[in-house]
Amino acid sequence: MNSLQIYLLLSSFLFSLGIYAIISRQNAVAILMGIELILNSANINFIAFNRFTSNLNALDGHLFAMFVIVLAAAEAAVALAIIINLFKNIGTVNVDQASELKG
Amino acid sequence: MEFNIILALSFLYIPIFLFLYQLFFGHILKHNTWWISIAGIGINLAISLSLFYQTFLFTPDDKIISGRFNWLSTGNFNLDLGLLIDNMAAFMLLVVSLVSFLVHLYSSEYMKGDSRFSRYYAFLGLFTFSMNGIVLADSITMIYIFWELVGLSSYLIIGFWFEKNSAAMASKKAFLTNRVGDIGMFIGIMMIYFVGDTHSFNLDEIIEKVKMGGIDTTYLSIAGVLIFMGAVGKSAQLPLHIWLPDAMEGPTPASAMIHAATMVAAGVYMALRIFPILTFEALTVIAFIGASTAIFAAIIAITQNDIKKVLAYSTVSQLGYMVLAIGVGSYLAAFFHLVTHAMFKACLFMASGSVIHSMHHSLHELHDHDTDPQDMRNMGGLKNKMPITYAAMLITTLAIAGVPFFSGFVSKDAILAGTLAHYFEHGGYTVFLPLAGFGAAAITAFYMFRLIFLTFHGKPANEKIYEHIHESPSAMTIPLIVLSTLSFSLFYTGSINPLADGSYGWFAKSIGIGHNYVIEVGDHHNHQSHKDSDSHTISDKSHHNDEHHDEKSHYNEKNSHGNHGFTEHVSHAAHAAHYTAMYLSLFVASLGILFSFIVYFLRKVDAEKLYRFFNIFKLYNLSKNKFYVDEIYSNILYKPFMFWSKTASKIDWDFYDQKGIDSLGKITLFVSDRTTKVDYDWLDQIVVDGFGKIANFMSLKFKNIQGGIVQSYILGGLVALILIILFVQQI
Repeated sequence: MNSLQIYLLLSSFLFSLGIYAIISRQNAVAILMGIELILNSANINFIAFNRFTSNLNALDGHLFAMFVIVLAAAEAAVALAIIINLFKNIGTVNVDQASELKG
Repeated sequence: MEFNIILALSFLYIPIFLFLYQLFFGHILKHNTWWISIAGIGINLAISLSLFYQTFLFTPDDKIISGRFNWLSTGNFNLDLGLLIDNMAAFMLLVVSLVSFLVHLYSSEYMKGDSRFSRYYAFLGLFTFSMNGIVLADSITMIYIFWELVGLSSYLIIGFWFEKNSAAMASKKAFLTNRVGDIGMFIGIMMIYFVGDTHSFNLDEIIEKVKMGGIDTTYLSIAGVLIFMGAVGKSAQLPLHIWLPDAMEGPTPASAMIHAATMVAAGVYMALRIFPILTFEALTVIAFIGASTAIFAAIIAITQNDIKKVLAYSTVSQLGYMVLAIGVGSYLAAFFHLVTHAMFKACLFMASGSVIHSMHHSLHELHDHDTDPQDMRNMGGLKNKMPITYAAMLITTLAIAGVPFFSGFVSKDAILAGTLAHYFEHGGYTVFLPLAGFGAAAITAFYMFRLIFLTFHGKPANEKIYEHIHESPSAMTIPLIVLSTLSFSLFYTGSINPLADGSYGWFAKSIGIGHNYVIEVGDHHNHQSHKDSDSHTISDKSHHNDEHHDEKSHYNEKNSHGNHGFTEHVSHAAHAAHYTAMYLSLFVASLGILFSFIVYFLRKVDAEKLYRFFNIFKLYNLSKNKFYVDEIYSNILYKPFMFWSKTASKIDWDFYDQKGIDSLGKITLFVSDRTTKVDYDWLDQIVVDGFGKIANFMSLKFKNIQGGIVQSYILGGLVALILIILFVQQI
């Protein structure tokens, strides 16, 4: 087992955790945390592939990871704002309760 | 279109215009509406007079005006309509127009105050239209079309006073009886077309085909007799004569036109049109029908008391004469008698109408509604009150009785000479023809004078009625004067000599003696030999008319385009028998008149005793009851027909319908009941509903997939993604 596979396994594990959180949690904040985990697993992939497949001077993977972190921060800010509004409107952050558009 | 054709067609479009006008707008002018009709018919009369003038310029074989067009064409079947005016048609047009004109004039007074005055004139217009159609027709189908139209207008006129039950019944009787004859006529026409293989209904083409010998004579005989059946119906020959006496329910002037002068003559006219194709066998049948009708109707006329009934039976009898003349091959004599009869019979009818009219008025003034105004026993002595009517009736009676100087003598003599010649040639049972002819002549003279004596002579039967009788107005007497003037023989023979042979006057020159092609084709030699032997022996007896012979042979030379063997032969033989026939007919006519004079004028012999004497053998009853023909028809045709139709209806309803059809229905009901069950319980409930249930079940299951919970969608998407990845990896 070489070292790339270890990183990929780690990222897969993180990704699976994130998916699991998204699917199983009912708390909107927990779901948001799942999404953060998925984004971070992607970041690990970027870094790992950059390190093991291209030359060492290349910084493409790092750049992508930086972008993802910035986007994740912006996304977290918007999502938390939405969650706060949701809480204001229906008094809970349980996503199953937010079913006004359901026919 | 040529001017001539337009002129000829005016005989159709003027009367039909009058018909439509009187039908829809007749009420506008009230009583004066008749002026429009008489103006139209007057134009026709003028045109027919101009055509009549042209007959002097043409020979019998020429066409004065002719034209045809294709009316209907499907596949190789072509139906042409066309018109043909030859000398005979021009004569006939004149007769129809003249009588129609006079009847229009006469009716203006006779029908005055009738609630359906304009409708009456409409019917007269329709009748004139259809009658002219028959006369103008150049094809046998066109004759048939107008033939039916004539039947229709006759039906309408007879049933004109349809409130009277008897009139309504009589019109139905006339229509149905005519239909019997018309069926035969139609079959005959079809036989000529299909069996004869002529592929044309045009008379000229049919005659041409027959002339070439293209049709088997047996078929031709049958077809000829069948077509003649139409004439039996329309011209009221035995055994279809029963409708004509009943037809007297119609208004008298219309009877004068339709049931005396023109329509009933249509049958004779049609027979003359097809004369060239009649075989000897067909002619024999026709001759015997005519002869028996002549004598039969004459016998009935003796005992009738209704003035119109006497005239009706006399019409039947005279039509029998015409048919007899055709049968013995006297083409000319038949048409001659048709024309003279039209004149004197129309006059007789209108004169009787005049009598009835004044009787009616007299009874009306007396408020007597029970006495029959048509019964001769209620009349008597009218000659002083109605001098013009009396004179007209006397002249025409002399004409019909066959007295010299009058038209009936000449034409009847021509027919009797023809029958006599026929007998001389063929012998045997044909002796019936001259016997019936002369017998009917004697009886005609007797009953016509009986009518005159009972009506106009003697003491009035009822003084009260007699006092109120007065001469009819001039609109009614003018037609009488015109027609009785035309009943003098002078106009037809062109000779003052009362005994002149009518067969050689100007009339004969323009009509000709006709042709008969079938006989020539069939037994040409036979006739040639007969001609040689017989005509010599006969002409030996009467060599005093050599002068006529010369005139005649000259005439024939002028006309002979081909071989006219048969008719020429008949005409020759009839001429030879002319004087014999003349003396005999003079004798029988004077016998009849004398007998009538003794019984009804001098009253030397009590009529009652005479009745009782004849009644020993039930002869009187037989005649009085019209030989029980109506009763026989009722017993032989009507009652068995009703019985069988009732039986058939019983079988049809009780057995076939109730049992047969209904049980079929029940079976159907049962089967459908069962199939309904199968259909509903199995097909519907299980198969069709099964599909629905499956769909229902599946959808219940599948709808959970779309739960609205986003997380489950994500799970599904993830599973699908994994599956896709696994699938891609497999490849």
